[in-house]
Amino acid sequence: MKTLRALGLLIALAVGAACGGEDPAGPPGTLQRGLSSDPETLDQHKARSIQAADVIRDLGEGLVGYSATGELIPAAAERWEVSKDGLKYTFYLREGLRWSNGEALTADHFVAGMRRLVDPSTAAFYAAMLADLENAAGITSGDIPVSMLGVEAPDDRTVVLRLVQQTPYLVSLLTHPSTFPIHPETLAEHGDGFARPGKLVSNGAYTLDAWVPGSAISLKRNEHYWNNAATAIDAVNYHVMVQDNSELNRYRAGELHVTSTVPPDSFAQIRKDYGEQLRVAPYLGVVYFGYNLTKPPFKDNAALRQALSMAVDREQIALRVTGRGEAPAYSWVPQGVNNYEPPLSGFAALGKEEREQVARRLYKEAGYGPDKPLRIELRYNTNDTNRKIAVAVQSMWREILGVEATLVNEEFQVLLANMKDAEITQVFRSSWTGDYNDAHTFLSVLQSGSAANMPRYTSEEFDSLMALAARQVDLEQRKLYLEEAERVMLADYPVIPLYFFVSKHLVSPQIEGWGDNVLDYHYSQQLSFKAAQ
Amino acid sequence: MSGNRSIRITGSLLLTVAIVALVGPWASPYDYATTNLENILAAPSLRDMHLFGTDDLGRDLFVRTMLGIRVTLLVAIVASLVSLVIGVTYGALAGFVGGRVDAAMMRLVDTLYALPFIFFVILLMVAFERNFLLIFVAIGAINWLDMARIVRGQTLSLREREFVEAARLTGVSTLRIVFRHIAPNLVGIVVVYVTLTIPQAILVESFLSYLGLGVQEPQTSLGALVDAGVKHMEGAPWVLLVPASLLALTLLCFNFLGDGLRDLFDARHTS
Amino acid sequence: MLRYTLLRILGAIPTLLLVIALAFLMVHAAPGGPFDDERVLPADIEANIQAHYHLDEPLPQQFLRYLSGLLRGDLGPSYRYHGRSVGSLIGEAFPYSLQLGAMAMALALVIGIGAGTAAALRQGTVFDKVVMGFAMTGISIPVFVIAPALVLLLAVKLQWLPAGWSGVTGMSRYVLPVTTLALPQIAYIARLTRASMMDVLSRDFIRTAYAQGLGTATVVRVHAMKPAMLPVLSYMGPAIAAILTGSVVVEQIFAIPGLGESFVRGALNRDYTLVLGIVVFYASLIVFLNLLVDILYGAIDPRVRYR
Repeated sequence: MKTLRALGLLIALAVGAACGGEDPAGPPGTLQRGLSSDPETLDQHKARSIQAADVIRDLGEGLVGYSATGELIPAAAERWEVSKDGLKYTFYLREGLRWSNGEALTADHFVAGMRRLVDPSTAAFYAAMLADLENAAGITSGDIPVSMLGVEAPDDRTVVLRLVQQTPYLVSLLTHPSTFPIHPETLAEHGDGFARPGKLVSNGAYTLDAWVPGSAISLKRNEHYWNNAATAIDAVNYHVMVQDNSELNRYRAGELHVTSTVPPDSFAQIRKDYGEQLRVAPYLGVVYFGYNLTKPPFKDNAALRQALSMAVDREQIALRVTGRGEAPAYSWVPQGVNNYEPPLSGFAALGKEEREQVARRLYKEAGYGPDKPLRIELRYNTNDTNRKIAVAVQSMWREILGVEATLVNEEFQVLLANMKDAEITQVFRSSWTGDYNDAHTFLSVLQSGSAANMPRYTSEEFDSLMALAARQVDLEQRKLYLEEAERVMLADYPVIPLYFFVSKHLVSPQIEGWGDNVLDYHYSQQLSFKAAQ
Repeated sequence: MSGNRSIRITGSLLLTVAIVALVGPWASPYDYATTNLENILAAPSLRDMHLFGTDDLGRDLFVRTMLGIRVTLLVAIVASLVSLVIGVTYGALAGFVGGRVDAAMMRLVDTLYALPFIFFVILLMVAFERNFLLIFVAIGAINWLDMARIVRGQTLSLREREFVEAARLTGVSTLRIVFRHIAPNLVGIVVVYVTLTIPQAILVESFLSYLGLGVQEPQTSLGALVDAGVKHMEGAPWVLLVPASLLALTLLCFNFLGDGLRDLFDARHTS
Repeated sequence: MLRYTLLRILGAIPTLLLVIALAFLMVHAAPGGPFDDERVLPADIEANIQAHYHLDEPLPQQFLRYLSGLLRGDLGPSYRYHGRSVGSLIGEAFPYSLQLGAMAMALALVIGIGAGTAAALRQGTVFDKVVMGFAMTGISIPVFVIAPALVLLLAVKLQWLPAGWSGVTGMSRYVLPVTTLALPQIAYIARLTRASMMDVLSRDFIRTAYAQGLGTATVVRVHAMKPAMLPVLSYMGPAIAAILTGSVVVEQIFAIPGLGESFVRGALNRDYTLVLGIVVFYASLIVFLNLLVDILYGAIDPRVRYR
């Protein structure tokens, strides 16, 4: 009898516990968006993931922002001026800016925010966003006090930035959430835990209403936002959906209006079934195979590197393996970057047959052949698309050159550690997405000494061209130097660029205002529901 | 199903599957690793000898499924053997020595039961390079507890039997008694439990594949094939159905085989 | 009884310590750290972060620091979720796993025992074979196949049930996850019950009961159920562990923010403290539950007391 009673108790407990369903679906008119992973924090200075940035962009606002189609537009600042030598930027804030608690938003809130970003005790990941400000480097290494940062607020509505070198893309840097202002009293009161519902004070179109970790984030309209009248949607729910198939199911069931991505395997079917709801646009990111240039067989063997690169059929990969409209990559910097025309790899103009012939010749020149095949390891991190690409490339190398590549599937953290060590890696799969819309964010990766330079590429010519470009105030000149630098780099074949990312979303026909842009920024405040017929 | 019949049917089914898996690939002109991006997700057809169609990289599914069966069976059997060796040794020792040592050893087993093993398996796979051998060890380490308990129970009861008493009285060493007298009588029950732990091992391996922690490309297992097939459930259902049915068949066969063997064993011993 | 309980708890402590040490070593042995990413940190910023979280200290020191925190009931800060403590993360995630697990267990017991008993009473008939056949599907098809298939059919195509979890009000969002989680256990429990019930029903005292003119329902309920439940009860320990394992997959597929899902995420993110915290939490929980089961067992079967 005791067992039966215990059983009954168990059931009652379970059912009773279940009846408290708390996360609200939100009133009709709430935008339901998918988010591909749970943000690690909503503190704009400590955040580093793209997903955190997406949500923070709805909560906060910087001096400048982007339009739906990716143009720079004034945001908290209504206009700005640049000095002739390019070292001083003056931003004029709008009148009547307020925080979500009604208090006035003033210029020194921006100053406080930027200081916190470079402060070593914040340990902010994106502190380098402001690396070109005066004294920034010294502050981050702890030698100079934070108050010496080259930013100041001469009055309540003016923010002045002073740089140590010209940074033509500075204004686009200021769209990044890490440069958003901070409300000092909130920070003082709640410390590191200020970015939580009920505590966070925000200056953007929405406030933080609720956050169920690992599940959903709810935002509500910020009545005090300066442009609140233009915000059409009252509430936004971000649903954390790590599995893209589960997210697709929810979209198909009508539970989501916007998805964060589209699963690669059902892509062709989705394109057929959903037509215009599928939004695919070029995205600032490149997927590549990197060579470990510090060790044989790829060290000092440009011919071999070129051979392997030429033997990869990028069109096939982009068309059949990834198949979502990705563009095959013959350069390092993607198309569509501001003020830049990427040069193409030498062999881009050749036909497939010719490429294979040249590849075979180079392979022999490098000292390999059927009786002496190249044996290498190709590493990639656990992911279905990566797996398929690796298998496809392995197959291509085998058939065209006779290379015997072993595939090593590693979990992301393991691969990362191995790439950084550069001891056992030979060829590895990696990718790079731009933080801002300028070629610099891509090219700087391959500079000597860059911590992100996984292949460990070093070229004096490349480095000096990059340094020359950095000194140019004239944008046209700068463009030429950067393009030349890329040309030099491509001719060395330190990497095998495979394809450029595309952003892919399913957007419900009920939603208006969605713009495709190369940074994949989609502010909720720019969206609206179509008026009912 | 009655004991003997189920043993015969499931046994022969499993044997057939194993043989086809070993021999089948010779009948096909394709190998398991060559991709053909022009022909992805093709439906099964006899015309171009893709008996089960192709997967999302254009590889022949028949050959890959056969490979999958081999790998799955290999992993399951070896992992079960690992847990067998550990479990039998541990259990027989505990049961035979008895007394306080036995109590302590079983206490350890009880508390080990408390471990959320699956977490350790995940941690293990994450911590060390993905290693084929490691999978065996990891899965085997999960299952040995049950084996140890059963064997210990059986040893306890065997210990009191007359022939053991006799052996002891005539001065035969402990070790010899365990090996010559106890062990052969354990065979029956051990075989039964191995057949029952194999399905568990298969499911754990497919779970690891689902997490991306299983067998490495281009090798594959039934679990990995099934996991890859789920994504194409709507567009190309055979990519899922073929390995999934074979997986289900194998699991069912082992389960019924174990049941049948257990009935047989019980029948023999409740005389 | 009290002495027995205390001894059991005491005996568990060294094992728990071993578990913690093992988990600690494994997580730290894994290459990569919680702050690694492709977007690499400049060296001085990385040093700042490492110092902030004591990751630059030697391992034994970190371990002792963690243990002393444990004694104070502090599971440490999450390395990945800034400003959140592991305790609070577990506290928020556990109720979901508990709800899910408890409902699945309850469902599995109700259907499993019911089906098993019904099959035992109609042993050898078509009914018996069909019911057992259904039950077997639960253990021959992996959860990560059944769950998406059911979602596709019931949520996307027929739209009878919600496809997801977050933002859905009411009980309907539990149906699919709980059912998929319970399926394998329904199979095992049904088989166990059937075999055990068949065994009990063939015993003398049951024959006596029938001879006294009692109906089937009464005989089963009053006389047969209790002894027949003993194997099921012993299975409860492994059943709970199995539901735990299954919840990892189910939580991922349905995007339920429970502990299983948190663990996998933590392991892949190298969120050391979160991972350790979950291991400690679960190990303690299972020890407690096993103890509970043992006590229940002792309460039901007067032949079993202490060992």
